[in-house]
Amino acid sequence: MKNLFSKKNLIWLGLLIVFFFLFQFLIDVRIITPYYRTVLYGIGIFIILGVSLNIIIGITGQLSLGHAGFMSIGAYSAAIVMQNMPDMTGLLLGMVVGAVVSILVSFVVAIPTLRLKGDYLAIATLGVGEIIRIVILNLEITNGASGISNIKNLISWPLLFVFVVGAVVLSANFKNSAIGRACISIKEDEIASEAMGIHTTKYKVIAFIFGAVLASVAGSLYATTYYVVKPETFGIATSINILIIVVFGGMGSLTGSAISAIFIGIVNMLLQSYAEVRLITYALVLIVVMIFRPQGLLGSKEFGLDKVLGFRPPSFKKSRKENSK
Amino acid sequence: MKRLFTLLAVVLVSLAALTGCGPKAAETIKIGVNLELTGEVSVYGTPEKLAFQLAVKEINAKGGIDGKQVELVVYDNAYDTAKAVENATKLATVDNVVAMLGSATSAPTLAIGPVAKQYEVLTFTPSGTNAKVTMDGDAVNPWVFRACFIDPFQGLVLANFASNTLQAKKAVVMGSSSSDYAKDLAAIFGEKFAANGGEVLTVEYYTDADTDFSAQLTTIKGLGEFDVLFVADYAARAGLIIGQARAMGIDVAIIGPDGFESPDLNDLAGGAANVSNVYFSTHFSTLSTDAKVQNFITAYTAETGEAPSALSALAYDAAYMLFAAIESAGTDPVKVRDALKATKNFAGVTGTISFDDLNNPIKSAVVVKLENGVQVEASIVNP
Amino acid sequence: MQQFLQQTINGLSIGGVYALIALGYTMVYGIIKLINFAHGDIFMFGAYVGMVAVMNFNMPIYLAFIIAMAVTALFGVIIERVAYKPLRKSTRTAALITAIGVSFLIQNGVLMIMGANIYAFPQVIPNQFFTIFGLRLNMLQLVIFATSIALMIILQFIVSKTKLGRAMRSVAVDKDAAALMGVNVDNVITITFAIGSALAAAAGIMVGLYYIKVFPFMGFTPGLKAFVAAVFGGIGIIPGAMIGGFAIGLIETYVAGYGSTLYKDAVVFVILILILLVKPSGLLGKNVKEKV
Repeated sequence: MKNLFSKKNLIWLGLLIVFFFLFQFLIDVRIITPYYRTVLYGIGIFIILGVSLNIIIGITGQLSLGHAGFMSIGAYSAAIVMQNMPDMTGLLLGMVVGAVVSILVSFVVAIPTLRLKGDYLAIATLGVGEIIRIVILNLEITNGASGISNIKNLISWPLLFVFVVGAVVLSANFKNSAIGRACISIKEDEIASEAMGIHTTKYKVIAFIFGAVLASVAGSLYATTYYVVKPETFGIATSINILIIVVFGGMGSLTGSAISAIFIGIVNMLLQSYAEVRLITYALVLIVVMIFRPQGLLGSKEFGLDKVLGFRPPSFKKSRKENSK
Repeated sequence: MKRLFTLLAVVLVSLAALTGCGPKAAETIKIGVNLELTGEVSVYGTPEKLAFQLAVKEINAKGGIDGKQVELVVYDNAYDTAKAVENATKLATVDNVVAMLGSATSAPTLAIGPVAKQYEVLTFTPSGTNAKVTMDGDAVNPWVFRACFIDPFQGLVLANFASNTLQAKKAVVMGSSSSDYAKDLAAIFGEKFAANGGEVLTVEYYTDADTDFSAQLTTIKGLGEFDVLFVADYAARAGLIIGQARAMGIDVAIIGPDGFESPDLNDLAGGAANVSNVYFSTHFSTLSTDAKVQNFITAYTAETGEAPSALSALAYDAAYMLFAAIESAGTDPVKVRDALKATKNFAGVTGTISFDDLNNPIKSAVVVKLENGVQVEASIVNP
Repeated sequence: MQQFLQQTINGLSIGGVYALIALGYTMVYGIIKLINFAHGDIFMFGAYVGMVAVMNFNMPIYLAFIIAMAVTALFGVIIERVAYKPLRKSTRTAALITAIGVSFLIQNGVLMIMGANIYAFPQVIPNQFFTIFGLRLNMLQLVIFATSIALMIILQFIVSKTKLGRAMRSVAVDKDAAALMGVNVDNVITITFAIGSALAAAAGIMVGLYYIKVFPFMGFTPGLKAFVAAVFGGIGIIPGAMIGGFAIGLIETYVAGYGSTLYKDAVVFVILILILLVKPSGLLGKNVKEKV
């Protein structure tokens, strides 16, 4: 808490304020046209999704392939609540409902499956994602295969901005906290962590729930941006798309995921007319990255202000601090 | 002096540049197309795109509309509602189209509806059959039109056909739980058939990905006597079901909606011989003796190498209805919408079409009978 | 009772298909501890090759079988060499993600080349049926069942009675020790992939013949279910995959016939999670403690 108003944080805050108003201005004068604005919303939503999956995969080392399932929980919760309350209260309430349901579902799912390792975990989470999709497909309240349409569009740049920044900041704080460090140690070597007294299952579950809730929030934003939610949107393909963002940006790097989401969003927009080739290219990129640079573009490093401003991370060795003056 | 010349030069060049990139006199009439052109659902989107292109080619050969050539701006949404929204936004605000055509299926069209309303550019779907497509909550969305009859109508037509023409008293229904098309039709048929005094013995569901229906068919066979099997689904599953049902000895009449229509139906059913005593409702039939229909079939086959399906026919009609509206109203999207709404008794290849209050067409359906995989009879059913 | 027997026949039929695909999963896992996510798509690839052989080249069905199995085996080997071999020393996560990438690639590659239209596999085996004790048996069902069993028996023979089989078993137990004993590990792995892919291709053609519908995403659900089958019987254990395949086929059919057809896929995934929790080594597996 004492570092809340540190120089670094204030600079970040300043940058964010400038960035926010700059984009708002560009939107108002239509340099960012309604079309680009829609693309921008999509990118923002996928930044949240990428960051949330990165917490699970990159920081805790748990390969989860059913992430779109939690996105769908948030999307449908928002959609259902907003059928009766088509305003901001409805959206926020829907988000909360979605988050709560996601916490419950992810908890129930996590406890048994996170005892599994690597490959089994991946397939189990894949199965979970599918089960969620099938359940949604068959429930009355979700309107089954027809999906829910005519969702009020409440998305706006300020709203998106708040949530994207919120998600990234929360995730960064998670990563840098004691919990986050425990998770990283689990990823590095689970057995050693266990031997050091870290309750691995507990931390894995916490990370999993954290990622699920963020994904759910992103899903709620998705619902209010695109008017319609239907079960097929939240299937394997979407889970893999999010995975591609995380792998490409760097597993363990939150800024990497953000940059990756932006990059891929722009590429998607430009390659609009070449849909099939685009998908094949992404698949190839995934394979090539895994073979030649498995840690992803940025690895687990963050692109932050530390290096730029010449700050050193707080060190425990007093002598070092004195020498760096 | 030098400065004055420089200033003049700058002014002249700017003027030239400005007039060059000023709003051009609209030499073409741009119509947007937002369809499912890749992925599994492209089998619905692509025939419609081809039909649109045929219609545009024909009208341009006749001199276009009001002397201007028609130009299609085509975007693919790959059955993704997010892309459908992005495309529609781009068409309406960047490409400044006069009107939009699409999509082929209901889900993307439902997402396009609010966009059409926000930017006041109409969208015309040839084949989105979900009742909600033209609605905005409980009221009609004045910016969405469709060219096909809606599922409730189809369900009614088939239920009446089963009760009255086939004299069926007991029916069995099978439908896919993964598509709203199938689920809605199954429900509506059941309702109307019961209202006619018939009895629905059971409704068996499956998913879009299924290819093995032996479990459901075995259960159905175990129910005893029944008169008709209603398969509420597209040919991709219906064809397989027909084949597997016949292989199991289920010989009753099999009826279905317009989704039955597909060049693959016979193959999927394991051979044309299996496709007998099969009926389905649709928008047009190649058996029609109407000259307009025959001309369309000839032109489409010549252009694409394949016979047109109901989707192509609907798309063709949608395009021409739009052309007529633009011809009478000009290129203001709002006026075009009004003109389209006012369409009365348009003579299309899928029937005579007028719009009702909910922007749905008032037109008749055709019930086709298949024997040995070939259409042998087509009867027109009026609303 | 009769309906139960009829459903049982249906279940064994689809079970045979799952068993063939499961064999490929289990063999590859046994040997390089990788879940080949793309295996379901190799199955799909085999179906397409067989279909093209019959449709475009007018080959008789038995020749199409052989050609498809050979081509798919080669395809599997290429994938192994290009995408999986470089990752043998990497983390399991990296290898799994690569497999996902390969799966995605095959699906969209086939989609792009063959188009999104569903194809109908040419019905070259006459679909006769005969009735025994009131049960309707389909000629094709019998062919599928018999072929699956025959292939499994051949495989079991190769694995337990031949030198190659001994080499495969030794690599599965301890790769390095096997290498020290003079086994060419790379070749063994290649051959394992080849056999697994060939079996998947056979399954693909049979599915094409019986269920007719061929489309680029047809490998996804059968692939997942076959994986569940492999885990159910004990991953890495060949008889386990066979038992698992039939078990999953039966369970799925019973659920569809007596329970709800809507949830039959979900039930299979629930089974997976249950097995992994209760006995992850599967029915025939032994619990192996992880040493540090």
